[in-house]
Amino acid sequence: MAVTDIAPGGPSPHGQEEAPPKVALLNNPKVRSWLFQIVLGVVVAYLVYAGWVNMNANLQAAGVASGFGFLDENAGFSVAQSLIEYDQGTSSYGRVYVVGVLNTLVVAFIGIILATVIGFIVGIARLSNNWIVSRLATAYVEFLRNLPLLLQIFIWYFGVLRLLPGPRESFDFGPLGLLNNRGYFAPKPVWGDGSIVILVALIAGLAIAFGVSRWAHKRQMATGERFPAFWVGFGAIVGLPLLAFVAMGAPLTFDVPEMGGFRPSGGMTVIPEFIALLVALSTYTAAFIAEIVRAGILGISRGQSEAAHALGLRQGQNLRLVIIPQALRIIIPPLTSQYLNLTKNSSLAVAIAYPELTSVFAGTALNQTGQAVEIISITMLTYLTFSLLTSAFMNWYNARVALVER
Amino acid sequence: MSDATAKTDLQISYVRDQMLPEQAAPAVNRGPIGWMREKLFPSIPQTILTLVCIYVLYLIIPPIIQFFLIDAVWFGEDRAACTTEAQGGVQPPDWFGACWAYVGDYANQFIYGRYPDESQWRVNIVWLMFFGGLVPLLMPSAPFKRENIVFMVLVFPIATLILLTGGNFDVRGLYLPLALVTGLALLVAYGFARGSQSDPMPALKATAIVCASFFVVITLIGFDFGLERVQTSVWGGLLVTMVIAVTGIAASLPIGIALALGRRSDMPIVRFFCVVFIEFWRGVPLITVLFMSSVMLPLFLPEGVTFDKLLRALIGVALFSSAYMAEVVRGGLQALPKGQYEGAMALGLNWGQMMRMIILPQALKLVIPGIVNTFIGLFKDTTLVLIIGLFDFLGQIQSSYSDPSWASPVQSLTGYFFACIVYFLFCFGMSRYSMYMEERLDTSQRN
Repeated sequence: MAVTDIAPGGPSPHGQEEAPPKVALLNNPKVRSWLFQIVLGVVVAYLVYAGWVNMNANLQAAGVASGFGFLDENAGFSVAQSLIEYDQGTSSYGRVYVVGVLNTLVVAFIGIILATVIGFIVGIARLSNNWIVSRLATAYVEFLRNLPLLLQIFIWYFGVLRLLPGPRESFDFGPLGLLNNRGYFAPKPVWGDGSIVILVALIAGLAIAFGVSRWAHKRQMATGERFPAFWVGFGAIVGLPLLAFVAMGAPLTFDVPEMGGFRPSGGMTVIPEFIALLVALSTYTAAFIAEIVRAGILGISRGQSEAAHALGLRQGQNLRLVIIPQALRIIIPPLTSQYLNLTKNSSLAVAIAYPELTSVFAGTALNQTGQAVEIISITMLTYLTFSLLTSAFMNWYNARVALVER
Repeated sequence: MSDATAKTDLQISYVRDQMLPEQAAPAVNRGPIGWMREKLFPSIPQTILTLVCIYVLYLIIPPIIQFFLIDAVWFGEDRAACTTEAQGGVQPPDWFGACWAYVGDYANQFIYGRYPDESQWRVNIVWLMFFGGLVPLLMPSAPFKRENIVFMVLVFPIATLILLTGGNFDVRGLYLPLALVTGLALLVAYGFARGSQSDPMPALKATAIVCASFFVVITLIGFDFGLERVQTSVWGGLLVTMVIAVTGIAASLPIGIALALGRRSDMPIVRFFCVVFIEFWRGVPLITVLFMSSVMLPLFLPEGVTFDKLLRALIGVALFSSAYMAEVVRGGLQALPKGQYEGAMALGLNWGQMMRMIILPQALKLVIPGIVNTFIGLFKDTTLVLIIGLFDFLGQIQSSYSDPSWASPVQSLTGYFFACIVYFLFCFGMSRYSMYMEERLDTSQRN
C-alpha cells in the first residue's frame, strides 16, 4: 500500500534530535510526487483542451451543428421491435433512443435470467458423479467459451434461423405458436373482463408469501422449528390467482397465431434477431457462469458437507442450507461482472440489426444525423450508467450475504 | 485373570489373528463394468439421466459427422460442386453436406485478405518470425530466452511494421522533437543523479541508449527498402486478426501494469485519473469504443492529421483491453502479502527496483490465468472490428458469402464451422498453455 513513500534516494526518518539530512529539493519524495502529479494534470488538461478545440474546428469545417437539438427532429426510419409506441412518420430521435434503451434492457433482462439458469445447471452438472453428464457439461463450457460471441450470434442468426422453413412451411407447435424464418409467432394473452381480480389475487399471494416467510424465519430463530414457508408461499402465489381465475369464469384467453395467406396472423411476433441474440448471449454467458458456480461450490471446504451430514441433514438440505449460501459469497462478485458483460455484449446486436441502443441510435441515427460526438457520448454514458447501477445493486446484495466476521 | 490365561493357553481364538491375502474386488466392481456401474448407472435417476445424455449425443453427433465429413464435398471448381441438381449443381436431390472446396478456394483470402499476391511473401516472413519467435519463448526448456525476448520485443515489431506496410514513412518531422526530448531527458537524468549524490554516468548512459535506439527505429521506418507500399485497407483475414490481437496484447500489458500501479499509488491525482480511466473503459461495450475511435477520434485531431482506420481500431482495442488488464494486475498486487513490500523497503530498494525485482514478478505470476483470460477475450473480441468495416478473419468469411460463384445453401454453415475450428484452436490452445504455466510456476503458496 504505502509504497510511494520510498522514492529513490529518499530520506529515511531519523531520530527527532538529529537534524534531517540535507536533501536536494528534487529528491524530496513529497515535492517529487507533487511535481509529477502537476505535470500529469497539465498534460491531461492540455490533451482535453486540444481535443475540444480541434473538435470544434473540425465540426465547423464539416458544417455540422453541434448540440442536442437533433433529438427533437423526426427520425423517419422504421424500427422492427418497439415496446413503446413508435411511428416512422412522426417519432423523434429522442424516442428512437428510448426505444433502443428499452430493447437493450429487454434482451439483457431475459438473457440474464436464462444465462443464470443454464449456468447453474451446467455448473452443477460439471461436478456430477455421472461421468457422461460431467463430460457433456465440460464440452459445453469449453466450446462456447472459446468461440467469439459474434461468431455465435452469426451462427444462430444466419446459420440456424435463416435456414428455417418459410412462413408457409412453418413449424406448428399448435397452441404454443409457430416458428419459421420470420421469427417465432407466440400466443398473445387477451385479458377479458374481471382479469383485474387475478392481478389483485397475485399481489395478495405475494404479500402472504412474504409475510409467512418473515414469520417462519422469526419462529425458527425463536424456537428452532422449521416451517415449510416455501411451499406455503408458493401455494399462495400460484393458488390464489388460479382460484381467482376460476372464480371469475376464466377471463384470460390466448390469441393463437394462425397461418394466413402470406404470413401468420394474430398472436405476437418475436423477431428472429431477438431470438438469435438472446440465445447466443445467454448460452455464451452461461458457460462463464457455469465456471463461476463450479469454482464457488468447490471453494466450500468438504468439512462443511461432512458436518451437515453429521447433523443429520439430507443431501438436498445440505445443498440448500449449507453449501449454496456459502458458495454464493464466492459466486456473486464474478457473477456481477458476467451480468454486466451480458448487458454490454448485447451491443453486438448491431451486426444482425436487432434494434437495440447501439444499433438504432449509434448506428442508424448516427448515420442519418452525423452528430457523432453527441450520439456516441450519450450511448457510452448510457452503458456506463447501466454498469454502475448493476454494480451498485450487486454490491449491496453482496454486502448482505457477505460473511460477517467479528 | 486366571480365566483369561487359561483361554490363551488353549490357543482358541474366535477372531482371526492373521491377515488374509488381498483379494481382487468382485468382477462387478472392477474393470469397465464396475466403472460403468459406478459412473453411469449408480441409481435409477442417474441411469435415466445417463440414457437421456446418450440420446442427446445420438441426436447431435451423427448428423454433424454426416454433414461435415461423410457428405462433404472436398474438391470442386465452383458452386456446381456444392449444390443439388435442382439448384443448378451436380449433387443428388437430398444431398446436404459441407462444402470444403469453397473453403479451399478461399483459403488465400481467409489468411491474407486482399493483400496483393506478389507481396504475400512479406506476410509469410512475418508469420514465420512470429511463430519462430513465439514457440521457443513459450517452451520453458528452450535456450536463449533473453535473446528471444529482445527479438520479440524489439526486432519483430519493427520488422513487421516495415514488411507489412512497406516502410518508407515520412519521418523527417520527427527528428527535431526527438532531439529536443533527448536533451531534456539527459538533463533530467543528470539532475536526478546529482540530487542523489550518486554517479550520474549510468543514468546518462541508459538515457542515451534509449534515445539512440529511437533514432535508429525512426531511421529504419523512414528508410526505403524498395518494398511496395500496401495500404491497410487491403489487409484482411487472419492477418488483421493477428495484427489486432498481438498489438492489443503487447500494448495492454505495459499500459495495464502502469494503470494498476497508478490505481494503488498514494498520489491522489494519479489515482483519480487511473480510476476514472479504468472504470470508464470497463463500463462501456467494445463496440462503442470502436465506433468512437472510428467516428469521433478523427474529430479530436488537428486538421490534416489523419489516422489509418486500422490504426484507429488498434488504439481503441489497446485502451479497452488495458483497462481490463489493469484490474487483473491489481488483483495480483493486492494478493501479495504486505511483508513482501516491507522486505523490499528494508533492503533499501527504491520504488522502481522494488516493483521490478520483488513485487511485479510475483504479482504477475499469481495472475497468469487472469492475464491469459484477458488475452483470450481480446482475441475473440477482434471479431468486432468487422462492424466498423475492417475485414478480419470472421469479416472475410462473412464477406465471402456475397460471392455468387460459390453461393449455395451450405456455404454459410461450412464457413462458420471453419471459423469455429480456427478460433477454437487458438483460444483453447491459449487456455491449455496457461494451465500448464500455472502448474509449472506454482510455488505452492496456494493450497
